[in-house]
Amino acid sequence: MADAPSGNADHNAAEAFLQGGSLRHAPGPYFGNYGGRWMPESLIAALDELEETFDKAKDDPEFRAQIADLNKNYSGRPSLLTEAKRFSQHAGGVRVFLKREDLNHTGSHKINNVLGQALLAKRMGKTRVIAETGAGQHGVASATAAALMGLECVVYMGAEDCRRQALNVARMELLGATVIPVTSGSQTLKDAINDALRDWVANVDNTHYLLGTAAGAHPFPAMVRYFHEVIGEEARAQILDQEGRLPDAVCACIGGGSNAIGIFHGFLDDPSVKIYGFEAGGDGVDTGRHAATITLGKPGVLHGARSYLMQDDDGQTIESHSISAGLDYPGVGPEHSYLADIGRVSYEPITDSEAMDAFRLLCRTEGIIPAIESSHALAGAIKVGQRLAAEDAAAAADKIVIVNLSGRGDKDVATAAEWFDLLDKESAESEIGKEGEQL
Amino acid sequence: MAGKAQMTSKSAAAIDKARAEGRAALIGYLPAGYPSVEATIAAGIALAENGADLIEIGIPYSDPVMDGQVIQAATTEALANGFRVSQVFDVVAGITSKTDAAVLVMTYWNPVVRMGVDEFSRRLSEAGGAGLITPDLIPDEAAEWMAASDKYGLDRVFLVAPSSTAERMQRTVDATRGFVYAVSIMGVTGARSSVSTAAKDVVAAAHAAGAERVCVGLGVSTADQVREIAAYAEGVIVGTALVAAVRDGGVDAVAALTKDLSSGLTREEA
Repeated sequence: MADAPSGNADHNAAEAFLQGGSLRHAPGPYFGNYGGRWMPESLIAALDELEETFDKAKDDPEFRAQIADLNKNYSGRPSLLTEAKRFSQHAGGVRVFLKREDLNHTGSHKINNVLGQALLAKRMGKTRVIAETGAGQHGVASATAAALMGLECVVYMGAEDCRRQALNVARMELLGATVIPVTSGSQTLKDAINDALRDWVANVDNTHYLLGTAAGAHPFPAMVRYFHEVIGEEARAQILDQEGRLPDAVCACIGGGSNAIGIFHGFLDDPSVKIYGFEAGGDGVDTGRHAATITLGKPGVLHGARSYLMQDDDGQTIESHSISAGLDYPGVGPEHSYLADIGRVSYEPITDSEAMDAFRLLCRTEGIIPAIESSHALAGAIKVGQRLAAEDAAAAADKIVIVNLSGRGDKDVATAAEWFDLLDKESAESEIGKEGEQL
Repeated sequence: MAGKAQMTSKSAAAIDKARAEGRAALIGYLPAGYPSVEATIAAGIALAENGADLIEIGIPYSDPVMDGQVIQAATTEALANGFRVSQVFDVVAGITSKTDAAVLVMTYWNPVVRMGVDEFSRRLSEAGGAGLITPDLIPDEAAEWMAASDKYGLDRVFLVAPSSTAERMQRTVDATRGFVYAVSIMGVTGARSSVSTAAKDVVAAAHAAGAERVCVGLGVSTADQVREIAAYAEGVIVGTALVAAVRDGGVDAVAALTKDLSSGLTREEA
């Protein structure tokens, strides 16, 4: 395998797409030159078991019925597709529709994946699940699924994040999970994944690693995407139902990339639909303090997959930075790396500042407080809308842009209040906001 | 596999020399650059002079998922001290120029990918290195490394584990040159009070798959454990205990521990 992506395979894939081939349902383990299993031998048997269980389950009507029932009667799916009319005025006048994953139980898209994987854990006879979490969203979702299905749950979380996200730690504990602060390495999300992998190696007989994003070793990227495909399937059917046509563009934020791959999947084979992934630009991509993995990273291997990676000249992982904990990861799912290389999806950075402006704008124009993660997609949609308007102002009002509103922003209120200087300097909330607390 | 027998292997030669002396081989691990490049070279020489037949030099890496706390702490400190990947070749050359020990590099895969597999292999070969131990590279993903290791005559030491199926065991043994690294337990590096019974089964499975040289690592820290493993494996790998010795007593402590560990290598009279 070459260090740089080799052009041939990618060119062929792009050709196949243009000539009517399909980019949907890519099974892994490879997505072009990305993906695979860069993992210790000790874990390969567990990955094989998971792959086999997943492959059987997705063709099993009973499993599909279980997922459908949980999605409808527990998560509250289908999530709405809401037109954001007042917000649209700030996006070049195009029509912006929001895919409302924020309305799911636990407040984000994360529930789709954890329910699916927890069911698989039960099928494999595992009694314990482990998970990593940054801000706590995936940890809370994992604890939720574990409580629902009677599984023991252990969540690894960077020690600094535990302190900053004390309320999410309490949430997980209320749900019966054990939260283990991670003090190794840089004590961030990537180190929480490392510690979860160390736990998995030692306890693989009774434990399933409930990875929270569409990254990692095969079958995780394809499997996590599968559980999130419902987002794109619903959005496509809803826009056809509501407007009688496909959108012109679809936008999502990218950390590891699970919400994005979920909504993108519904539209990958619709050549008229432009697809955009918005990475966390942090303080700006020229500052070194960002998480724009595809924009500035280089291919490498981390946490089991070959993909774009923020790394130094020695191949050491570089710490990422973003105001949004959910996007603060130096890697990205391998299918995104592939979609970037073949040009099917455009990946662009959005700075903290641009995201927070979009955050406030949605609050004030639509009465919806979005997650800061999702605010990156909103900021991107504004740019996309303005570009469409610049191309043809007269046609702008007929253009449709769908944004995956992947989560709600209740958890981000303290961060936002600090950002916009809304707090009394002496208040306890101000102190919390300075620490980056997400309530 | 074709070609395996023809290519000379420094690791195999070192293990065979021990075998000719009626004992198992001792393999000692040291993280490069902990606490400094010079100190690692000195500790490596002390290892060789006190009974180690092979030396494993680890490249400090930001995300060492197979390592326990002692090695993590050491490699984190080495990185904080400014260790650069290319310095591993200085360490290898520093030890191979002063001793007869076979010196392998143990590395997570991304630093090799970043330098370029061919470039890394060329420089390792020039430094007198024997080959690579790759804890997160399985043969399935190793096409580029297979080619480079053949080109530069380097050993490729893959790991097998208690969880390896018969099919995977065969595949890994076939892909390996030098010796097979048998992981004694399901877990990460770190001293443990007893050697898992799984170790003996893994070694037997590797032998049954045709491996001539199988060395056992993970959790081995005392001469008694070395003795127990030497009864059924061609080599014994000690890591964490040596790193703790570097930490607590420097080169002298490494020398003393190595001497003690090597006392367990001679196979007991049946």
